Amino acid sequence: MDTVKLTIDNRAIEVPKGTTILKAAQSIGIDIPTLCHFELDGLDVHNRPGGCRICVVEVEKRRNLAPACVTECMEGMLVRTNSIRVINARKTVLELILSDHPADCLQCAKSGNCELQDLAIRFGIRENPFIGAGHEMSQYQVEVSPSIIRDMNKCVMCRRCETMCNEMQTVGALSAIERGFPAVVSTAFNQHLELSPCTFCGQCVAVCPVGALTEVDHTPKIIRAIADPNKKTVVQVAPAVRVALGEEFGMEPGSIVTGKLTAALKALGFDYVFDTDWSADLTIMEEGTELIGRLTKYLGGDKSVPLPILTSCCPAWVNFFEHQFPEMKNLPSTAKSPQQMFGAIAKSYFAEKINCKREDMVCVSVMPCLAKKYECSRDEFKVNGNPDVDYSISTRELARLIKMANIDFASLPDEKFDSPLGESTGAAVIFGATGGVIEAAVRTAYEVITKKPLPKIDFEELRGLEGVRSATIDVDGLKLNIGIAHGLHNARKLLEDIKAGKCQFHAIEIMACPGGCIDGAGQPLHHGNSDIVKARWEAIYRADREMPIRKSHENPSIQAIYKEFLGEPCGHKSHELLHTHYFDKQTTVEVDLGK
Amino acid sequence: MDKIIVKMKKEVREKVVEICNSFNNQPGELINVLHKTQDFLGYLPAEVQELIAECLHIPTAKVYGVVSFYAFFTMTPKGKYPVSVCLGTACYVRGAEKILDAFKKELNLEVGQTSEDGLFSLNCLRCVGACGLAPVAMVGDKVYGRLTPADVKGIVDEYRNLEANA
Repeated sequence: MDTVKLTIDNRAIEVPKGTTILKAAQSIGIDIPTLCHFELDGLDVHNRPGGCRICVVEVEKRRNLAPACVTECMEGMLVRTNSIRVINARKTVLELILSDHPADCLQCAKSGNCELQDLAIRFGIRENPFIGAGHEMSQYQVEVSPSIIRDMNKCVMCRRCETMCNEMQTVGALSAIERGFPAVVSTAFNQHLELSPCTFCGQCVAVCPVGALTEVDHTPKIIRAIADPNKKTVVQVAPAVRVALGEEFGMEPGSIVTGKLTAALKALGFDYVFDTDWSADLTIMEEGTELIGRLTKYLGGDKSVPLPILTSCCPAWVNFFEHQFPEMKNLPSTAKSPQQMFGAIAKSYFAEKINCKREDMVCVSVMPCLAKKYECSRDEFKVNGNPDVDYSISTRELARLIKMANIDFASLPDEKFDSPLGESTGAAVIFGATGGVIEAAVRTAYEVITKKPLPKIDFEELRGLEGVRSATIDVDGLKLNIGIAHGLHNARKLLEDIKAGKCQFHAIEIMACPGGCIDGAGQPLHHGNSDIVKARWEAIYRADREMPIRKSHENPSIQAIYKEFLGEPCGHKSHELLHTHYFDKQTTVEVDLGK
Repeated sequence: MDKIIVKMKKEVREKVVEICNSFNNQPGELINVLHKTQDFLGYLPAEVQELIAECLHIPTAKVYGVVSFYAFFTMTPKGKYPVSVCLGTACYVRGAEKILDAFKKELNLEVGQTSEDGLFSLNCLRCVGACGLAPVAMVGDKVYGRLTPADVKGIVDEYRNLEANA
């Protein structure tokens, strides 16, 4: 490999050719401040506009200061990252950004977790010599959608959200608009997000350095519901939450906190603490049966069967194909997501069991996701206007609730989920990582098709963090071709292949967020540290290995609910409660034929 | 939420598609496509931007991003008699701002607006190449030079009379 030698702050180093000054400095422990720059190593996420100029450094023989994030190291370069000229320039840049930024930090949802606030602290900003015209000019209305709050007065034009929306997700809801002080990132015609192709994946929120993009906060409603003596509160927790929540309380990334999490939810006062893993097992029964059904018909000679079957657990992915590929809406499984299956069962089977009226039950979900908020607000998941899941909160919101309630999370004793919607398997917990849903489905499909026990439970060939993966699973002679994509730009590639007839897959799993739910937009913010995502990923598979039962169809309480209530997977009752349908949401331009 | 259907006239649709085709529907030609389309329509309404996005296979947000960035592009239809006041250097130093103010007052319009009856719109531009006649304004293709604020009412009345006698 070609290398270059240079000196940074009087320290000689050698780095591979093409390395930026920023990365070179990081490698020797020099932390150059950044704002617009954002990268997630190993997950194909890059935002390097070189726009904010907070990272400027002095390079000898160069007239102007150089932005470290986009300037490549050259042979013999002499770099100063902390000269008085550099420090003054950075401070001025910061003051100029702050001059057009509201100073309402105390009330801002990002306070304490804001990269601009961190910089203001780091540079000791006490007053600002500049008065931004922006205080009069960029007055955008705060916009609230079911998942995301957009306060564009706080936008610093780092354009990270635009990169995520256009390059990572290829959704195209966001673009830089206007110029000068009014310049912000927004939708076409600055319309409401709900009128744009937004999937509510929330990756824009996950990368926003400031309080311009935040999640809708349901914590006050949940406190009220718990305090209401006439309401029964039922809570479910998604798989990926248990490998990330600990980070909010200073624990190591990758800590599995299932027991403490359960204890905290009980301490908060929820009447029933259940597990989305339970309904993930239920999803496998329904989706797996649907897969086997479609495959059997296909192999029996019926070539009109819609294949490949696509997973439907991820609500942002569902929004994506409804907007971008509505002509393919017959391909995804009709199985509802685990969140919605749980809600449907909680407000029917379980409500009956505890003799509680539907409207007296408040069903809450804790999700690593912001699209789940949108999902539970969809009309098809309501009965007479009453939603199956009332509120979906993110991992971050749960952490806030726990802190507000004086609960010392780290010292909580482990507790178990309540019965009957709390029992689950290792197959369910891996739903939290890319490839997990399809692995869980294969574990069950194999045994159902062959009626033989799996020789090996772990399907290593389905795991990993590459954007698009494929594997062929030998199901007793039947070669099952599996595709996996995470990040919607990768999903788009697979969908275009299917459309062009270039696809040989029988089943495809798609997750909207890079890495799957472990890096969902509702998770603790990692500020670009991909080691945190990788630690969560490893923890998911560790949690699977620690489970006594690792196949969904062996979950005794799942077997019981089919016997007692649902009948057969994909049977009449299942169709009524556990399956859904999709819509065409594409915007099209048609000729006005007049009246 | 259901499918969003945006409607437009057949001849507009055909013309915009033709313009996009003439640039091979290349995303890199967006600005040229917008220029030609605005030449033809006088402005760039939302539905036209949707159609251009569809033809060039780019997000509508990107099209709007460009339209809202450049002062030249407009989403409001121009008036039958579009008034443009030159604010180029030569005109500016010879009092163009006062001419602009006089038009604002006479037409009761701000820059970028169109009158409710659709007759007049008011815009600024930078140099029409008639610096010797500064300050200069245009109504449609006609150039008026060596203006003073007192001339403005007469110019506007000229078009008002034209309308009244039409």
